[in-house]
Amino acid sequence: MSDTVLFAMEAALNGLTVGIMYSLVALGFVLIFKASGIFNFAQGVMALFAALTLVGFQNGQVPFAPLINAIFGTSVHDFGFNMPSLLAIPATVVVMVGMAWLIERLVLKHLVNQEPIILFMATIGLAFFLEGLGDIMWGAEVKRLDVGIPQGMSGAVDDFTYNWLGYGFYLDTLNLWALVIAGIMVTALVIFSQYTKQGRALRAVADDHQAALSVGISLRFIWVLTWSIAGIVALVAGIMWGSKSGVQFSLSLIALKALPVLILGGFTSIPGAIVGGLLIGVGEKLFDFFMQPVIGGATENWFAYMLALVFLLFRPQGLFGEKIIERV
Amino acid sequence: MKMTKLAAVLAATLVAAPAVAQDLHFPMLNYRTGPFAPGGIPFADGYQDYLTLINQRDGGIGGLPIRTSECETAYNTERGVECYESIRGDNPLILQPLSTGITYQLIPRVTADGIPLHTMGYGRTSALEGETFPWVFNYPANYWDGASVAINYLLEQNEDSLEGKKIVLIYHNSAYGREPIPTLENLSERYGFELVEVPVDSPGQEQSSQWLQIRRERPDYVIMWGWGVMNAVAIQEAANIRFPMDHFIGIWWSGSENDVVPVGAGADGYTALTFHGVGRDYPVYEDIQTYVVDRGMAAGNGDQIGSAVYSRGLYAAMLAVEAARTAQELAGHAQITAAEMRTGMEHLSITEERLTELGLPNFSAPFDVSCQNHGGSGAAMMQQWDADTQTWSLITDWIQSDRELIGELATADAAAYAAENSITPGCL
Repeated sequence: MSDTVLFAMEAALNGLTVGIMYSLVALGFVLIFKASGIFNFAQGVMALFAALTLVGFQNGQVPFAPLINAIFGTSVHDFGFNMPSLLAIPATVVVMVGMAWLIERLVLKHLVNQEPIILFMATIGLAFFLEGLGDIMWGAEVKRLDVGIPQGMSGAVDDFTYNWLGYGFYLDTLNLWALVIAGIMVTALVIFSQYTKQGRALRAVADDHQAALSVGISLRFIWVLTWSIAGIVALVAGIMWGSKSGVQFSLSLIALKALPVLILGGFTSIPGAIVGGLLIGVGEKLFDFFMQPVIGGATENWFAYMLALVFLLFRPQGLFGEKIIERV
Repeated sequence: MKMTKLAAVLAATLVAAPAVAQDLHFPMLNYRTGPFAPGGIPFADGYQDYLTLINQRDGGIGGLPIRTSECETAYNTERGVECYESIRGDNPLILQPLSTGITYQLIPRVTADGIPLHTMGYGRTSALEGETFPWVFNYPANYWDGASVAINYLLEQNEDSLEGKKIVLIYHNSAYGREPIPTLENLSERYGFELVEVPVDSPGQEQSSQWLQIRRERPDYVIMWGWGVMNAVAIQEAANIRFPMDHFIGIWWSGSENDVVPVGAGADGYTALTFHGVGRDYPVYEDIQTYVVDRGMAAGNGDQIGSAVYSRGLYAAMLAVEAARTAQELAGHAQITAAEMRTGMEHLSITEERLTELGLPNFSAPFDVSCQNHGGSGAAMMQQWDADTQTWSLITDWIQSDRELIGELATADAAAYAAENSITPGCL
């Protein structure tokens, strides 16, 4: 096999694993949009906030320490012990569920029956608020996140491909783990929505709010539930991306990678988020590989949006999304 | 009658009141929010803390207190320009935007308004040509110096020959990241190494394509021109593909704790340029502890003191204060104007004796500024990260850049700028 074919195969495989990382972010958007019709602008910031909280717990950091010290003249910084990841992750899940409850109480409850654009604007406000809150609670310095997921070149893939093809492929172990975690997460979501009472209620609300209300399903409970699940998905995305780059405020920008994925896969489809992520990942890596010698690289950001634009022209609901027909 | 008396008292008060407050205004265009905040915060803290030290310990400069004001740019060029518009009428003496994008927008504005702009180690490199850019200063070193110092260091490592070597430049795909390319291309022709350019779009959270390409290219060295999250991700990716860290060189904006701490042990041995000393083993830090931190006046919570970017902010403030002092001496009065500050900057002389007096011995290479040369010495050192001790240490002495080559390139670029903008170069 020629070097070009081998390199292209390597780029495509990397694209698949990177695409799964994009899907992890896109899943949170889909969950909230499916259940409530809200495009949650704050999903990226939720991933950042979850990762900040997790690292804060791991490092035994006292939340709001700079604020407490400024007001009371104290010098508290940490509790004096580090929390193991096995405890810190459930503690962060509790925080994310609490946050979902507060969002419903303080924001969504007051915006029932408002236009989608109003709810979208509310999530923009929420994004700014959460970013500031994360800064005040945990500080703005870059933090190392390590929950024990290995990263670096996968020796097994390298050896296998070298023995098979004479060229060792590079694949990041962290991305391979993302593949496993995404699989577990999608399976769990499917089991939850198909086989539990709350899951069926969630699907009912997603299908028809009015009908669900008429049979006694609490819309407010479903919203708390949806935002809680989206918060957990955000935590997973925050862990995976934060392990790559450290936890810093640019983590919120991973949401920008999710948007073309959603346009491709559809805003209402969980499998769509996965397939969309894979398509974007493979597409951008192959495009960069073949076009880099011609146009000089750094094509990934705009290529994903170009692909999304083409989809918007020919299939605006995405590959798996529901076609929205509005009668006037 | 009573009303007449009241009016007379008011009029007398207004006449007696000073027209301008007696202070020296050092505004700060900071970014404490947004994706680049981890770099913006320590710089702002270092800058602010040094000015607070001067006020607290020395009573200001020449007996006049320093007044600071802060405007948040979020590293956004439009907001940077808005900040400039909001402060330009408040007698600013010097501006330091810490952004090449903002710098490019401000150069024509400060030139028209007569306000000095100091872009230390960033901004438009050819601004070192003081006759074309009289209001812009980029001492003590610029990007082209950085590129040249990196190559001179590699020449030292390779017995003065880079013939046949392959060097990758991975850069932030912006005005900032593209700055060193002309110099490196020129040096590539001169020394016979192959230069491969690999751009990364901002912010640089995902770089697998770039590092797959670098892995395929099998370079001897990688030079990085990154900022923000791009740095940490690049160092992580380099560790992932098992690229030797001591063959990976970052510009000074890719050499802070923020860039290496997230990578953990994988970043051990990573090298970067620096144009100032590292660590907090300088007497000035004791003064900052005593006069600023212990008095509860630190800009941050004190945990950044001595970090790479904090030290750079402190250095920038020190140079601004020394320029103001020089300006006061030249003007013969303490309440200087922006024009007098510019004159002070143009006559700034940083000597080893002065650095020792300031509590910063060997912190900077000595340099003199002149009308022709606004760029300082152009010297830099190499620092290396030790992941075990979580510290940077210097591994070289000062390495001089190729000022002859940089002078040629800068002259050509400045001449083109002068022609485009109908500027007649000359000293003010």
